[in-house]
Amino acid sequence: MDNTTFPPFAITPEIDAEANKRINQYPEDKKRSAVLPLLHIVQHNFGFINTEATEWVASKLDLEPMQVHEVVSFYPGLREHSPGKYHMRVCRTLSCAMAGSEELMERLCELTGIDRSKSDSHHNPIAVSPCGQWSVEFAECLASCGTGPVCLVNDDFHEAVNPDGAQELLNKYGKADSPAANS
Amino acid sequence: MSNITYLPGKEPDAREHRLIFKNIDRVGWDNSIDCYIKDGGYEQLKKAFTMEPQAITNEVKTAGLRGRGGAGFPTGVKWGFIPPNNTKPVYLICNCDESEPGTFKDRYIVHQDPHQLIEGMIISAFAVGANTAYIYIREEFPEASEILEKAIEDAREKNFLGDDILGSGFNLEIYLHRGAGAYICGEETGLIESLEGKRPYPRIKPPYFPAALGLYMSPTIVNNVESLCHVKHIIGMGGDEYAKLGTPRNTGTRILCVSGDVKKPGYYEVEVGKITMGELLNDVCGGPKDGRSFKAVIPGGSSAKIMRCEETYQIKNPDGSQRELSFYDIPMDFDTIAACGSMAGSGGVIVMDDSRKISWVLNNINHFYAHESCGQCTPCREGSMWMRKISDRIVNGQATPEDVQTLEDVAYQIDGRTVCAFGEAASWPVEAIISKFRDELEAETSEKNEYLSEEAKRQLSFINL
Repeated sequence: MDNTTFPPFAITPEIDAEANKRINQYPEDKKRSAVLPLLHIVQHNFGFINTEATEWVASKLDLEPMQVHEVVSFYPGLREHSPGKYHMRVCRTLSCAMAGSEELMERLCELTGIDRSKSDSHHNPIAVSPCGQWSVEFAECLASCGTGPVCLVNDDFHEAVNPDGAQELLNKYGKADSPAANS
Repeated sequence: MSNITYLPGKEPDAREHRLIFKNIDRVGWDNSIDCYIKDGGYEQLKKAFTMEPQAITNEVKTAGLRGRGGAGFPTGVKWGFIPPNNTKPVYLICNCDESEPGTFKDRYIVHQDPHQLIEGMIISAFAVGANTAYIYIREEFPEASEILEKAIEDAREKNFLGDDILGSGFNLEIYLHRGAGAYICGEETGLIESLEGKRPYPRIKPPYFPAALGLYMSPTIVNNVESLCHVKHIIGMGGDEYAKLGTPRNTGTRILCVSGDVKKPGYYEVEVGKITMGELLNDVCGGPKDGRSFKAVIPGGSSAKIMRCEETYQIKNPDGSQRELSFYDIPMDFDTIAACGSMAGSGGVIVMDDSRKISWVLNNINHFYAHESCGQCTPCREGSMWMRKISDRIVNGQATPEDVQTLEDVAYQIDGRTVCAFGEAASWPVEAIISKFRDELEAETSEKNEYLSEEAKRQLSFINL
């Protein structure tokens, strides 16, 4: 199910140097603290964290792979499967929901052809479009409750995205890739 | 300060007192170190270095600063809990995991005024004797992470960080540590576990009070972003002068974040207790939307108990006598809101008008806590999930009147039975909403509905009763 939006996992000297820099932020005998920073480096470069990546992080930090996996499987911000090229996290929590975030999610799914019926909040939060370009996920409170509905597209933050503004939001990233635009 | 102007449409209200948010939305302001220094930045740090560390802690105590993250615990007192005979390294952690629903203040500080936080952190680290500090920032602030990384680098270049800072002999490194989307990391011991590279299961207190046994089992001070920023202003003004802001025991300013059904949602920095709920909602925030009226307010982030807008409260005066207070006359402080049965928490005020179904609000909150329970304690892990399932039934019109009682029972089985305060955070909203809106919830149920779902009946068939 993992698509080819991201390069396959492969450690370059640059990535290794970045990892070493992070490890040095913690006391020498407390390397385990660098688990999250290293996982962020992996996810940033390769889109998600696979077994190979987990083993690499474990070997960098002298841990058992299981000690890394238990972290990966806990945090909602860490992914074990590939999202789309543009991963949209829509805030689901109270203030944004009052401002219409559920409708926004529906519109985004309609426009990108995403089927969220098999998603749930815990085990399978991410739904990817058939073309592999788009994915959506409900996030819990993104801490901008005064300007809801808000969403993150990859690392870009968007405020006051009304359901009617869904197409405009998608247009910022890749109109041609949207199946709704192709049909 | 008369020379400060703000971006059009972002001007502070006349009732505001901007200390922490002085530079937010300011015309000509950017988040660079040069801009900050030109405006008198890092001068308070120089002043702090002329003082003894203990004297700084004393100023913070005199100022009466109470933590702005949620619990309202006095910051100076917290600092004083580091064991006096300690020989281990001391750590300072800035809690920038802002994730309490309804709260959005730290976001603006780290995006627009990162050096204010860094200066506050250096002063605080000097006061508590920490040579290493971490900023634990939530993963959902990617832009802020880059801004802070750059701010730390710039501060280091100017020797505000590093070795022998400004010739004081004091060394400090600040590192950024990104979380990964878990609300529980805002709980200080959960945060510490996360920083140690583990699942963020909160630690039990006692014995694990961070000031004694924190990060790597060393003394650790965990403070909220806003609290650390206040430290800079306390050193600038002096503790006595700072304490004149606000009201006794509820000193200084604080940022109130208003969201939901008001005309002008947003952030407002006010003197603590100097403004009432009515002034905040009706005057500063422009009142309810046209044709609507206020129904209920959550005053301090989603875990605070909900308040009905037509309620009145019996409050004890300092002399022991009683007085009656209407909802709109409640001062926005720590103690009065607590006396009214809720809490000022993180300052996130969520407003609901008469168009909102309370069952829908309850269900949204239940989904949040069911998702965010870390799973360490059984009452919370199972209870938050069952509360969500029951409120799902109410919202979908499938609940029986009995379900409302079951929901309340579940909430009281969580409250007080967990390692950390998440148990209360998850159950208080349920307890409060049921006690104040029981009729409305029961009206959405029906005797005709099945109390047991198909799934529950199937499960029961496996048990020999």
